Amino acid sequence: MTSMIEPEHRPAGHNQPPTLDVDRIRADFPILERQVYGRPLVYLDNAASAQKPRQVIQAMTDVMEGCYSNVHRGVHKLSQESTDLYEGARGRIAQFINAASSDEIVFTRGATEAINLVANGLGQGMLQPGDEVVISWLEHHSNIVPWQLLRDRLGIELKVVPIDDQGNFLYEEYLALLGPKTKLVAVSHISNALGTITPIADIIDAAHQKDVPVLVDGCQAVPHMKVDVQALGADFYAFSGHKLYGPTGIGVLYGRKDLLNRLPPYQGGGEMISSVTFERSTFKAAPHRFEAGTPAIIEAIGLGAAVDYMNALDFQAIAAHEQDLLDYAQTRLSEIDGLSILGQSDDKAAIVSFTMDGAHPHDIGTIVDRAGVAIRAGHHCAQPIMDRYGVAATVRASFGLYNTREEVDKLTDALHQVKELFG
Amino acid sequence: MLDELRDLYQEVILDHGKNPRNFRHPDDANRTAHGFNPMCGDTLFIYLKVDDEGVIQDCAFMGKGCAISTASASLMTEILKGKKEDEARVLFERFHLLCTEDPSADESEDSDQDDMERLEVLSGVREFPVRVKCATLAWHTMSAALDGQQEVTTE
Repeated sequence: MTSMIEPEHRPAGHNQPPTLDVDRIRADFPILERQVYGRPLVYLDNAASAQKPRQVIQAMTDVMEGCYSNVHRGVHKLSQESTDLYEGARGRIAQFINAASSDEIVFTRGATEAINLVANGLGQGMLQPGDEVVISWLEHHSNIVPWQLLRDRLGIELKVVPIDDQGNFLYEEYLALLGPKTKLVAVSHISNALGTITPIADIIDAAHQKDVPVLVDGCQAVPHMKVDVQALGADFYAFSGHKLYGPTGIGVLYGRKDLLNRLPPYQGGGEMISSVTFERSTFKAAPHRFEAGTPAIIEAIGLGAAVDYMNALDFQAIAAHEQDLLDYAQTRLSEIDGLSILGQSDDKAAIVSFTMDGAHPHDIGTIVDRAGVAIRAGHHCAQPIMDRYGVAATVRASFGLYNTREEVDKLTDALHQVKELFG
Repeated sequence: MLDELRDLYQEVILDHGKNPRNFRHPDDANRTAHGFNPMCGDTLFIYLKVDDEGVIQDCAFMGKGCAISTASASLMTEILKGKKEDEARVLFERFHLLCTEDPSADESEDSDQDDMERLEVLSGVREFPVRVKCATLAWHTMSAALDGQQEVTTE
């Protein structure tokens, strides 16, 4: 267990951040025991999707073996138990990001659906042609394309906040883009392609001064740092379960209650309905009005378990561990001639995107894979950033709870083999 | 580890990957197509000059790609020069088989034996299924270029 002592209560001279017991954490992740091509797996593709601890796997197995049923429907015991687990997970996720109420947590299939839900709702009579939505160059495709679809349908305009060569969000340029027609700001908390941490609290403050709501794409942030949606003032906050050591097929849209209840339903049918006649239907309040059909019950319970898992750790320790891995990786990788790291922002999460002279990211990916090292090679669903740097693709190593300095060394060794082949 | 990878990244591939042949845009190309691999963002243009007899007089390419896709495109441009359209199509089929299945599955008569031997260097992708697309991108694009022209000539 990590230290529970707050820094101010520590004796003088011991003002170190709490440390993470990585060996104990690694023992929680069964997949880390496997070998790839006869070598121990080194999993450095966490920004795409993270591995699952036994606690999450067990929670999902337990519900399927013990009390699985549909939720909110049955009068029988199993339905009650499943409903309690499902709604209990919602409550714990609300606490996890410090939402004011569990009614502000909508379960979606993932962050992409969460963003589409908001775009779709705003598109139903709440935005007019000529209205503007502000995004940034750092966005994942899932926070670009829904707004483009809305632009093409409604005639709204997209304004894009630029970044500098280091990958920093250009705050002054952002302020200049906020205007009388701005109706929404939708930006990432952390860039999945570069690791840039945006000044999200300032971004939200500036928008609120103009009464503009802000949607935050928090996919990369929730696994890496303590997120407090109320302290940030976020109006909407979207994230996916599978990047938070939880299952796929589940994600969260946090929305301020008043805003959520102003959005029209996203899909129709099932639990979202209060009453239906053939003349008209009335809809429940959020979150249920957005959860049409049978939801991802097992996955929601699994995500609840993932949140419990994270809560048992110390977020300061997680951040310190991942920051150490980032610094170490950037130092080791910089030793390699011809390797260039894209995105060196002042405030950065544990994501390293790079290219190597003379070797294409795909070739690098294949070679390091044979060393058992899983990384991502491609455009990371963030093609505008690739265009910004004039590359088609990069190699991306992204770190999580269970990664170690030894694994960074294995990546570095494998990259030396790339040099040997392509040098 | 390097030994395993040498099967994929043979010297010929590394050479063609670094120094691609026919990497240019000929002014007199009369059939072109653009190939794109959305997975990695690789992009490739194939330029063919096909004469009235259906013989490929010139074959060139440009674009951005990995060592496998660049080497494959480079070798293809060398091999296709002087071939007839239908010969190019047969070679594409045989090359695809080489990249995906056991070569003994190929029962074609071996008039193309020399060409197939040259292409054999790319057969390493069989052990790397995700890389088959890289190896065949240029060929798919070439085939599209030929098809495009066919539509034009039938008008």
